Amino acid sequence: MKTNRERFGLALIAIALIALPFVLAAAGTAWVRITNFAVLFVLLSLGLNIVVGFAGLLDLGYVAFFAVGAYVYALLASPHFGLHLPFWVILPIGATVACLAGVILGAPTLRLRGDYLAIVTLGFGEIVRIFMNNLSSPVNLTNGPKGINRIDPFQIGPLDFSASDTLGTLVFSGPIKYYYFLLLVLLAVIVINRRLQDSRIGRAWVAIREDEIAAKASGINTRNIKLLAFAMGASFGGIAGGMFAAIQGFVSPESFILNESIMVLAMVVLGGMGNIWGVIAGAVLLSFVPELLRYTVEPAQMALFGKLLVDPEVLRMLVFGLALVLTMRFRPAGLWPETRHRREMDADRA
Amino acid sequence: MLAVMNLQVHYGGIAAVKRISFAVEEGEMVCLIGANGAGKTSTLKALARMIPSRGEIHYASERIEGLPGHELIAKGLALVPEGRGVFARLTVAENLMMGAYHRHDAHAIAADLERIYDLLPRLMERRTQVAGTLSGGEQQMLAIGRALMGRPRLLLLDEPSMGLAPLMVQKVFEVVRRIAAEGVTILLVEQNARLALEVCSRGYVMESGVITLADGSAALLADSRVRAAYLGE
Repeated sequence: MKTNRERFGLALIAIALIALPFVLAAAGTAWVRITNFAVLFVLLSLGLNIVVGFAGLLDLGYVAFFAVGAYVYALLASPHFGLHLPFWVILPIGATVACLAGVILGAPTLRLRGDYLAIVTLGFGEIVRIFMNNLSSPVNLTNGPKGINRIDPFQIGPLDFSASDTLGTLVFSGPIKYYYFLLLVLLAVIVINRRLQDSRIGRAWVAIREDEIAAKASGINTRNIKLLAFAMGASFGGIAGGMFAAIQGFVSPESFILNESIMVLAMVVLGGMGNIWGVIAGAVLLSFVPELLRYTVEPAQMALFGKLLVDPEVLRMLVFGLALVLTMRFRPAGLWPETRHRREMDADRA
Repeated sequence: MLAVMNLQVHYGGIAAVKRISFAVEEGEMVCLIGANGAGKTSTLKALARMIPSRGEIHYASERIEGLPGHELIAKGLALVPEGRGVFARLTVAENLMMGAYHRHDAHAIAADLERIYDLLPRLMERRTQVAGTLSGGEQQMLAIGRALMGRPRLLLLDEPSMGLAPLMVQKVFEVVRRIAAEGVTILLVEQNARLALEVCSRGYVMESGVITLADGSAALLADSRVRAAYLGE
């Protein structure tokens, strides 16, 4: 049972999240967009957390599923093929196709463990990206490196997500509408994740992560359960990809480079593998801090030195790397680790 | 209850188990002894279908060599793996419940849990503790308890004495004896030959992948070759 204090806290968070885009919009619509991308990264991190955090399978090619979802959306809702299906049809299709991609990758490779699995998934991520890059001939499927342009925004009846609406004195810009939609999806994904974690499947994932032979001897179909983790993680990636394509209005292979996979993995690890709230914190932190730096470093240098000494992009990676090193040094289980993980780390130290 | 014919296990090109045949009758407690690297653990893993093998494995009048490992516990064949394999981040109680993963009879599971706490009172004391923080002996007890939660008819025990203090080894073997007394058939793999032969009625001696001797425990304990090679006399 939740105490009144917890309920009060949750209500406060809910109000803050609902009011957030209007506060941000005052600072500039760019910040609402940044927030939207942060939420997308939270979704991706939660998806990868199923694979890495729950099931303990190191996946370095997770962005491939994001790419699949994005391209499915782009192909089915753009002038490229002249198809303009509504988003509520495409998002489930994208999730399904990404899920299939997860199964195709997982079925032959899940016998591998640890480093070997990581290398294979890394290769898979690159294969998907290279396919997107080259599938422009003989049949122009993906339009190659030029990418796909003029992707349809979300549309619910008369509500167009690319235009602004006003309600009284409130201006609902496109990004704000996407923000609320993303928030709803995020809520659903969190609920699903929590249910999964406490379920039979969740316990089977933990068992496999801890000792595969013992898990199998206890009657867990380790192959299928691992495949399920892959498929579920991939589906979430696919949904996030579809929304990314719609928000961005444009997809090209260079959005799906290895760096993105590593970024999402860093969010999961930094926040605390396996703990949903930790992963969310990690994703929010790693999406916002670089943007904050981008907006503060340049003016700060101009004010202090009168000229630009260090390129913000360079400093961004420096701070990012430093943050990761410090976290691993002082909070090896992540900022907000899963109770089980923390218990074990404490036990190791004792 | 268990009959193995021409069992072979290969790792790459290397044969770890070379066409061995042996049997365990219902209610028996039999051991497989031998030196490090003789193929004992490979044999046990093959029986539990954790690794691929060739040859026939008959269990409870059924051929099981084609079945996946995770289906065996439901048929009453349980493995307590080498090195215990407890789920370090789960509590003792959660570990035990994982042993009943394939079962859906909540009442019977709860009753079995009580029974196991009676048999292994130490686990009762530590039930909310994370398995990774238990001592080696307690972890071994937990691994055995977890296997019992699957209600096994045949228990495959892989080196339960490994890495334990002598006093703890005695305690573990006392538990094994009590499980056997309840009618569970046991196939025990041990490096500690004397200990194994003292609790089992029969034994097989394995050397570089083949069974070189098979006899009653008393006879094996008296055998000059066994005494020289495994009992250090």
